[in-house]
Amino acid sequence: MNISDELYQQVILDHNKKPRNFGKLEGATHFAEGFNPLCGDHYNVYLTVDDSGIIENAMFEGSGCAISKASASMMTQAIKGQTIEFAKSLFDQFHKLVTGETVTDDGNKLLGKLQVFAGVCRYPARVKCAALSWHTLTGAIDESQDTVTTE
Amino acid sequence: MSLNIDKIRSDFPALNQRINDDKPLVYLDNAATTLKSKPVIEAVNQHYQMESANIHRGVHYLSELATQKYEDTREKVKRFINAPKKEQIVFTSGTTAAINLVAQSYGKTYLQEGDEILITHMEHHSNIVPWQILCEQVGCVLKVAPINDDGEVIMDEYLAMLTEKTKFVSFVYVSNSLGTINPAKQMIDAAHAVGAIVLVDAAQAVAHMSVDVKDLDCEFMTFSGHKLFGPTGTGVLYGKEELLAKMPPVMGGGDMILNVTFEKTTYNRPPYKFEAGTPHIAGVIGLGAAIDYVSELGLEEIAAYEQQLLDYATNSLDNIPGIRFFGTSKHKTAIISFLIDDVHPHDIGSILDLQGVAIRAGHHCTQPVMQRFDIPATGRASFSIYNTHEDIDTLAQAIHKVKEVFV
Repeated sequence: MNISDELYQQVILDHNKKPRNFGKLEGATHFAEGFNPLCGDHYNVYLTVDDSGIIENAMFEGSGCAISKASASMMTQAIKGQTIEFAKSLFDQFHKLVTGETVTDDGNKLLGKLQVFAGVCRYPARVKCAALSWHTLTGAIDESQDTVTTE
Repeated sequence: MSLNIDKIRSDFPALNQRINDDKPLVYLDNAATTLKSKPVIEAVNQHYQMESANIHRGVHYLSELATQKYEDTREKVKRFINAPKKEQIVFTSGTTAAINLVAQSYGKTYLQEGDEILITHMEHHSNIVPWQILCEQVGCVLKVAPINDDGEVIMDEYLAMLTEKTKFVSFVYVSNSLGTINPAKQMIDAAHAVGAIVLVDAAQAVAHMSVDVKDLDCEFMTFSGHKLFGPTGTGVLYGKEELLAKMPPVMGGGDMILNVTFEKTTYNRPPYKFEAGTPHIAGVIGLGAAIDYVSELGLEEIAAYEQQLLDYATNSLDNIPGIRFFGTSKHKTAIISFLIDDVHPHDIGSILDLQGVAIRAGHHCTQPVMQRFDIPATGRASFSIYNTHEDIDTLAQAIHKVKEVFV
């Protein structure tokens, strides 16, 4: 089951089972709702951002497949304590990773643990699962009022 | 006479391939679309290769040949569903187009504000949304008959919802997400008793059981070619003669007219009135080959074989701890909707795919069914004439693998 191991790495399975930063964030300054109408994956992403643009806290809630949940969980870990700018450039790299574009060494350094999602690019149907919470994050940062969808 | 499954399998070239690290393909997504047999592929190929011409208008050899073959399929469909006349068979691009045609033609003309349209909770989106659009247009009201925990229409409630206000009833013969076979005859008779017009969506029925419109006595019946081993982009609307005659066309264009002037255009007679523009000629010819294929096998033999597959699959999967079935009616076709532990169906689908097993994971275009059972989606294995016990054993092993990954 090599391919399965590639897609469902232990780290991903672990975050699916025990999602970090899971729940509603009271007093959030930024919020967005993300929805994949094709599969029903549905997540809310909450941020508290201070005046200098640092993401003090990031949380998410909702339901979906293992790939989408693990992605959301690891995303919140990766952006906590970082700047909005950092989160945006991290998403750029993450997007490249899961869509199979070349990621530079610097990009991989930035991604760190998130590199476990590299296998997703071989499964086009699952790219949206991995990217959903990140699109939602962008929506929260931009304070978009509409539900973010992957369609 | 029982089916020769080895022979059938050899007729479907797609089955003869290995995918995802050399796994033999186990195709269990037949409710989404069926594979295509060699005779169908050859019929389509022959049209494009040697007989490509437009129909109903040419005086040359190829045009007449294509017209003949296209119209032959109409005759085949007529016999296949036991329709009185071939003029009652309208070709569409599929079930969705056929239902929309009825809603926008019959519905928009003859339904009025306050009239009720009754559907069931297990409808495909294609038998919900066209009626919602119509309701917005003319102010009629959509009513939904509920289903029970087994995924069956609650007959008492269905009957109670039929009143003198009910002008149209539209329901699925076989549920694509639950497998339930609705008691169509009983439902149609009851609808007729209040004077309602009835459409039966037989998309999921025609490849698995015989459908007889004369016996059912429904006003309209629809199905898609691609769920019957035929080409995508083909479908059928059957309608009672007097209704098709009085319904206005929805699309205007070539082939649907008798005479066009800027002052006055006269429409062609049914079915041509509803077939504006150049249709999917190759596809319709392929559909004819598909109908020949299943007719030769025999729908009763097919139904018996698939019932046996369903029993075997249900028993095999039922042994897997943590499995839950959705759609447990005694009267169902070979469709198994399931969840395993709390694993999301998309993860089930991916892990099965990695083992060569193709199933559908999702809401199957029946979101209200998912809402009824309070689940986001299901995995769905749907069987057909070329599936075997070995396929089901592979499915069961693959589901065990899901459990291993998600311990």
